[in-house]
Amino acid sequence: MTPAGVSPIAAGGRRGVVTSLAVFLVVLLLMAVLGVVMRSVQGGDVPLAPKLFYEVMTAHGISLVGIAGLGGAAVMWYYLRRYVELSSAVLWFNVICFLLGAVLLLAAIFVGGFATGWTFLYPLPVHSNGQWGNGAAAMYLGGLLLIGVGFLVFYLDAGRAILGRYGLSRALGWPQLFGGSAEEPPPTTVVASTVVTIVNTLALLAGATILVLELFTALSPGFSMNPLLAKNLTYFFGHAFINASIYMSVVGLYEILARETGRPWKSSKPFLIAWNATLIMVVAVYPHHVLMDFVMPRWMLIMGQVLSYTSGFPVLLATAYGTLTIIHRSGIRWTLVSSLLVLSTFAWAAGVIPAILDATIVVNQVMHNTLWVPGHFHFYLVLGQIAMVLAFALDLTNGSAPAADTPRDRLAFWTYVVGGLGLSAVFLYSGHLGIPRRYAVYHPDWMPYARFGALFGLLAVVGMGWFALRFFRRIGIALRSA
Amino acid sequence: MPQQTAWLVTVVLVVVLAAIFLRVIATASATADYEAIAKRATSWRPRLFWALAVLTVVALAFTLRRLPYPQGDGVTQVVQVTGTQWAWQLSRDTVAAGQPVEFQVTSADVNHGFGIYDPQLRLVTQVQAMPAYTNTLRYTFPEPGTYPILCLEYCGMIHHFMKTELVVQ
Repeated sequence: MTPAGVSPIAAGGRRGVVTSLAVFLVVLLLMAVLGVVMRSVQGGDVPLAPKLFYEVMTAHGISLVGIAGLGGAAVMWYYLRRYVELSSAVLWFNVICFLLGAVLLLAAIFVGGFATGWTFLYPLPVHSNGQWGNGAAAMYLGGLLLIGVGFLVFYLDAGRAILGRYGLSRALGWPQLFGGSAEEPPPTTVVASTVVTIVNTLALLAGATILVLELFTALSPGFSMNPLLAKNLTYFFGHAFINASIYMSVVGLYEILARETGRPWKSSKPFLIAWNATLIMVVAVYPHHVLMDFVMPRWMLIMGQVLSYTSGFPVLLATAYGTLTIIHRSGIRWTLVSSLLVLSTFAWAAGVIPAILDATIVVNQVMHNTLWVPGHFHFYLVLGQIAMVLAFALDLTNGSAPAADTPRDRLAFWTYVVGGLGLSAVFLYSGHLGIPRRYAVYHPDWMPYARFGALFGLLAVVGMGWFALRFFRRIGIALRSA
Repeated sequence: MPQQTAWLVTVVLVVVLAAIFLRVIATASATADYEAIAKRATSWRPRLFWALAVLTVVALAFTLRRLPYPQGDGVTQVVQVTGTQWAWQLSRDTVAAGQPVEFQVTSADVNHGFGIYDPQLRLVTQVQAMPAYTNTLRYTFPEPGTYPILCLEYCGMIHHFMKTELVVQ
């Protein structure tokens, strides 16, 4: 159902959403397999030269960050399109920019040997010590810039459509929060999408700035910049972008759980407060990535810790609490879709716990850049954000007549849960032992943990592979019903 | 050590959260009047907020008391550290236990992470090594021994072999 003044979703839009999901699933599986390969290399079971290991690591990181954004954008576009007039052409523009950019990234990595890790932290891209040339660096940075342009246009279109129908104040629920308005607040999807649009527009502008500056350094060797400024811009962009990917995906949770339980997920006052607070906190919290840069202004580092603590509030009090409330004695039918959605809420809230601890300055001093970090982000991405997008993809393939889950579906679900939990737990346990992240060669004492990690990672891949298979088998239904 | 505390707190809180989710999931297939559920949930939310707020303030007050950022003078042992792809250069490789050591850490090329491990290979402290900046790290070694130093910021192909040792007497 679309409100008055909003046209139904056209075939081009449906195909754009399904294509985004198809790309999401293919890249997810390929890169998850590479993740298992990396853990196996660290465990000493698979031989791989360090040069190739770091190239794989770079491809794994940047691809998964990219598809987190692409998958989240598909969810947000699909549901936001129900309330405002979004452009299908812009949706496609983003997908095409993503694919072209991905070709450049993969060529830079596997042909040019570019391997900085996904964060391209200046000045490593232009200071490889003989590992790759400035041409490969320019290709990587240019590819990423192209992907960023696609996303930026996507958010500008979303912003245009939201402002045109609601205006900024109404879209964020300010009349209800500050004016005592009794008017019906905007739908949850509109509120969350507005926050994402603002956050990611700022993030992408910061990302584009650092990418262009780094491109200058790659193409013009005499040009240099302040490495601390570069680090701040990079982490501001990276932090906001990956968080916005979760926020976009959570829109599906609000919409689907409301439908499945027959209970409306309303933009209550606490919900509006939570999302408005998120808007401020996600922009200002990024200094928790530079807590070990002691030359940073101290107030910024303390702010990074304080805001990290408070940023857990909206997750717990709005989304997790809201999920538990809406499903409580609702008569919900447990399917793959509903199970994945509730799992995703749990994993998001649970993964935030070690993330907050890592943002504690005294803890960060002995945890920063250990495996504790991939521990917390694999927790809320593998079982959180990815589960949200998987649930959305499978829901589309259900059409108007959902097929009953088979025992294999249930087995795949639990394989995925055990795999994802085990993978994250091994990372966290290894991090608390002080094992560094991003190491191609391990001390013999560390190898057993990597082997366990590979095993759990393989289980997660099997579960996700089954979900992908189910999606592609029924992709025709998704195209017709989306 | 903070690592053990962080691990323990994570395990306990994740298990508590999982138990709450499982409790609700177990009865979700039953049905009850949503209006009453929503009303009860609304009345509990502020209590939960204030409980979290108090916990947050206490945790912040406790953890922000002892920041690792250096303050004041009085350090007699100074080690100048420069990271390069892929080696550490230390102005001295021996220091005394029980007395504060000041590490003045920088980089000659890209970002590195100056991570000091104890003889049992547990990370005891770290700071970033960054070109054009000098980060000052202070640490008092409690015991004599040989302390491995690893790079904790990915810096290229030989990153994992960028290591040295500091002897504490």
